[in-house]
Amino acid sequence: MTLIGWTQIFLFALILLVVTKPLGSYMLKVVEGEKHILSGVLGWLERLTYKLFGINPEKDMTWIEYGQSMLAFSLISMLFTYAILRLQGFLPLNPMHFSTEQAPAYATALTPDLAFNTAMSFTTNTNWQAYSGENTMSYLSQMLGLAYHNWISAAVGLAVAAAFIRGFARRTAGGVGNFWTDLTRSCLYILMPMGIVYSLFLAAQGVPQTFDAYQVASTLEGAKQIIPLGPIASQEWIKMLGINGGGFLNANSAHPFENPTPLSNFIQMISIFLLPAGLTYSFGKAVGDTRQGWALLAAMFVLWFAGTFLCYQFEAIGNPNMQDQGVEITTAALGDSGGNMEGKEVRFGLANSALFAVVTTDASCGAVNCMHDSLTPIGGLVTLLNIQLGEIVFGGVGSGLYGMLVYAVLTVFIAGLMVGRTPEYVGKKIEKKEVKMAMLFVLAAAFSILVFTGISTVLDFPEKSFINPQGATWNNVNNGGPHGLSEILYAFSSATGNNGSAFAGISVNTPFYNTLLGIAMFIGRFLMMVPVLAMAGALAGKKHVPATSGTFPTYSWLFVVLLTGVIIIVGALTFFPVLTLGPIVEEFLMNSRRLF
Amino acid sequence: MNELDIITPKKKSRPLLDPPIVKRALKDAIMKLDPRLLAKNPVMFVVAVGSLITTVIFLRNLVSGTASATLLFQCQITIWLWFTVLFANFAEAMAEGRGKAQADTLKRGRKDATARREANGKTETVPATALRKGDIVFVQAGEVIPSDGEIIEGVATVNESAITGESAPVIRESGGDRSAVTGGTTVLSDWLRIRITVDPGQTFLDRMIALVEGAERQKTPNEIALDILLAGLTIVFLLAVATLLPFSAYSARAAESGRIPDVFSLISLLVCLIPTTIGGLLSAIGIAGMDRVLQHNVLAMSGKAVEAAGDVDTLLLDKTGTITLGNRQAVEFVPAPGVTIQELADAAQLSSLSDETPEGRSVVVLAKQYGLRERDVASPDLQFIPFTAQTRMSGVNVQGREIRKGATEAVYKYMRETRNLPVPVELERIVTTIAQAGGTPLAVADSTRGMLGVIHLKDVVKGGMKERFIQLRAMGIRTVMITGDNPLTAAAIASEAGVDDFLAEATPELKMQLIQREQTGGRLVAMTGDGTNDAPALAAADVGVAMNTGTQAAKEAGNMIDLDSNPTKLIEVVEIGKQLLMTRGALTTFSISNDVAKYFAILPAMFGTLYAASPGQHGPLWELNIMRLHSPESAILSAVIFNALIIVALIPLALRGVAYRPMSAQSLLARNLVIYGLGGLVIPFPGIWAIDQALVLLKLAPSS
Repeated sequence: MTLIGWTQIFLFALILLVVTKPLGSYMLKVVEGEKHILSGVLGWLERLTYKLFGINPEKDMTWIEYGQSMLAFSLISMLFTYAILRLQGFLPLNPMHFSTEQAPAYATALTPDLAFNTAMSFTTNTNWQAYSGENTMSYLSQMLGLAYHNWISAAVGLAVAAAFIRGFARRTAGGVGNFWTDLTRSCLYILMPMGIVYSLFLAAQGVPQTFDAYQVASTLEGAKQIIPLGPIASQEWIKMLGINGGGFLNANSAHPFENPTPLSNFIQMISIFLLPAGLTYSFGKAVGDTRQGWALLAAMFVLWFAGTFLCYQFEAIGNPNMQDQGVEITTAALGDSGGNMEGKEVRFGLANSALFAVVTTDASCGAVNCMHDSLTPIGGLVTLLNIQLGEIVFGGVGSGLYGMLVYAVLTVFIAGLMVGRTPEYVGKKIEKKEVKMAMLFVLAAAFSILVFTGISTVLDFPEKSFINPQGATWNNVNNGGPHGLSEILYAFSSATGNNGSAFAGISVNTPFYNTLLGIAMFIGRFLMMVPVLAMAGALAGKKHVPATSGTFPTYSWLFVVLLTGVIIIVGALTFFPVLTLGPIVEEFLMNSRRLF
Repeated sequence: MNELDIITPKKKSRPLLDPPIVKRALKDAIMKLDPRLLAKNPVMFVVAVGSLITTVIFLRNLVSGTASATLLFQCQITIWLWFTVLFANFAEAMAEGRGKAQADTLKRGRKDATARREANGKTETVPATALRKGDIVFVQAGEVIPSDGEIIEGVATVNESAITGESAPVIRESGGDRSAVTGGTTVLSDWLRIRITVDPGQTFLDRMIALVEGAERQKTPNEIALDILLAGLTIVFLLAVATLLPFSAYSARAAESGRIPDVFSLISLLVCLIPTTIGGLLSAIGIAGMDRVLQHNVLAMSGKAVEAAGDVDTLLLDKTGTITLGNRQAVEFVPAPGVTIQELADAAQLSSLSDETPEGRSVVVLAKQYGLRERDVASPDLQFIPFTAQTRMSGVNVQGREIRKGATEAVYKYMRETRNLPVPVELERIVTTIAQAGGTPLAVADSTRGMLGVIHLKDVVKGGMKERFIQLRAMGIRTVMITGDNPLTAAAIASEAGVDDFLAEATPELKMQLIQREQTGGRLVAMTGDGTNDAPALAAADVGVAMNTGTQAAKEAGNMIDLDSNPTKLIEVVEIGKQLLMTRGALTTFSISNDVAKYFAILPAMFGTLYAASPGQHGPLWELNIMRLHSPESAILSAVIFNALIIVALIPLALRGVAYRPMSAQSLLARNLVIYGLGGLVIPFPGIWAIDQALVLLKLAPSS
């Protein structure tokens, strides 16, 4: 670990802290339809959208109506993307002729299971990629099939968070807001303006934006190299800001075309945490006590910092087996290039790779600038656990906030009784319904990750079978020993957490994994959103209980400690056994010089 | 007796571990193994199913002749798993036992009474159980009142000890607020004609028996919510443990060595992880809470009411009897100009000598401070004039002097009309000052000297109340004093007592409005009441404590009945409610944080053989055995035993409730978090270690 490394990490935190408040109050104004800086400029577009789709922006929806609209919209969007992917061979903007007779030899076929997996993946804001973009997707598929979802899945997340916030903020109300206005306003006033600035910035840094076909170059050795191109800048920004993470190119943000400079790298990391950080402030402001929002943000920062410290520390220590081989890894004099550099970009070094890995897994982003499969066991453990905690450390757009709030509700319920009152959070009594929904939320994630990973570690298919050509499901992993288990576990954690990053090292483009991972993504998104909306509905209908000195103060440091403790204990207790058999035993084995 | 003792009624203490109760609880613990009863508690049900599975496998292995070392381990695991269930049952039975013992006492009091029923002008003797609502019965001295009713004629002294445990007789009479009688109580003198107001099986005594027995016990809202949380956590851990089979199968394959864990260690891990501590003690905590209320001689109609008491934000307290001693007392003599305080005190004392009211006595007591000698009340010189509602004053005629004491206007008028004595302006000023300070001025006059001065009568706030209200404020509870006094007087007393607010010139309607206003603002309200006109407010309040001396209507409207009829007890009830919730939270936190240590005991034991360098050696995961437990068997056993014993160890805490001190939520939380959160995290480490040492010492588990 180096001073310059830590300086960048602290600068990162500082910038986030500074933008949280202005961004948060702006976002709250936007979703609540109040007057703000852009309502004059873009208001006509909003009204036009409502007119065009026959939306009554004044209608207040119950949580059931809200949920139905959200599910219907997501389903139709998903079918739309599925159709585009399956039909891309017949559609324009396909200079490399993917899914046609003239497709290049390296092209991957968009089979029904891959198209399902991909459509589900982008609808659920996961951006799990069982394909590599440059070998599979036409420019139209990238833009209309995938980038479209990057926008609207982020906006759906914002909408659900807005509904959840209203659940706490409203008093004896029947509804939780209007899904269509939340969706429209989020796209129009939050994502679009930021997107214009951000994509121009990326293009200026060197990210390509073109419809030209891939270039072919001859290397010095005389080999032919294909250089993929495309409209990358217009997709890159929303990949980060919408916390989607699905790269245009397979190497994702490690590729110079997606992430060309140290500055673009820094901004990309900031933009992952930007909206979730702002939303904590929006929440505090909406419930009339900004301290409540800061407390949530503080818990996020604590968990983020702990993860960053651990990951950076262990990456800096590196792998003793490499040292045994006489590999020179102690070049700390050059700044930050000692330790475990396997799978990392030299351009970014240890600090920025470790930070990126933690940020992208804390948030449900999944963009990567280093290969997580190559992290040290403990470095990998941090990324795994980050996802398994439920994508609540900043988390996804919207989903991070409501996930954290679900944990706040659980914390208040478990420990809040200790103040001698039935639990309440920001003035709302936490009762049967809330606890039930919070437990469903926790259970859905635990079920999907544990059971699906469990199935995939033991299911035996005949070799060359359609469902899994590799035969037994554990044959799909490339690594022996405990690392193989980590790879399967990571895949299902990432899918369920709607993260989308991959440990890689596992061949997942088979009907078995495509389908099961698709289901995991569905569970991780919608089976968690619905309980959240149900809770929002129940909370909105409740009276507001004024705070007294007898009320559990949910803005104090004590609460932050407690919340962090509950997240770690509930999260870690669920996953600690399996992590023992994965990264933890791997760490012991690595230090005892045992290789697989 | 210090001041707090005066307002805190002596609790009827029953030792926590009463031998007969323990004996009965031991028996009940076994009876509660009934699967239908177990199914009500998801956590314990899972433990019972796990125990059943291990029992079956153990028995099978016993028959098939497995190695004795293995059998010893499996036998112990099975036994301790059953003990876990039994300990939880025992906790619940202990909590119920106290109520049941009380119910038995009550049942003994419910004699097979007969009643003299009046019908069609004739009197017939029928069994008490045949009485219906509306029947008229006649009860004489020495007879037991057959059922609950309303007195329509007569006055009698009644012994209500069967209900209240208080042997001093009370007076019951027709009309007014003391007309309700309870079945099972005994008429000591005179006679009563009573209209029965309930049908058989619905009497107060019946309901009371059912309540203390816990027969009608329903889970409270918070208990249900907590049950859901515990069931949810149980499923999470079920998933985590069940999936360990495929995971360890994968690992064993990848390691090409090691065993996958057997059913015994998997079930042990599951039982240790699911929240058995709180799951086992949850219902005991609830029952004990109700029981604690009962020990204070308050009958809570439901656990929900006790829980609501913990949540109360606003306490409506009647001034008289709750905040003040109930009677005004003389606190000061203020002489008129030209009169010495000695003269005033002397006249005041003379005029009050025969006044047996508390006010009158307090004047005599105050006068003693001015060194006045004792006087002979029986002296023929003294001719006492008693107080009447018409004259509104009392006094004495002595040696031609007419001394009068009473309401200022009445005394002024008397002196003006009979003696034509003027009222000094200064005196008027004194009177106004006293009235403004919330006191009651009594004028004293002497026909030979004119107006002597004023006695300052004042409501005296009970000792310790001010401190009590400060505590309540720290707990976030607002106190509102309810009084019929005028706003001026009310404000003075309110500020002296330190209540947060007051409602002066209170009428039942105003009281009702106040409750509704508080509730609309999201606050929970508690109040006490006894009159029929209190009934609507009692019903509307979240916690309504009716006085046992009150009317039937009041008792039916409230959700608690104070058998001692002591309105101050509302504060204790609130504290018990808080304590109940705190105990639940503390044990939940304790239970969950316990899991960390159990992982470090069981996981290395389960996975200790995986990835071993050579067969027979410990694998790398044995390193996680940070407690340095002797062997995998002893590690798993120690965790299971600790998990079972901690339930027993915490039974007293569950029954007694965690120590409660009035303080702010923040400090309460910090305190409890350190004790139960941090304690729960740390305690199992030495606990499991010690059990491991003992097991190896006793050769119940292998030493390596």
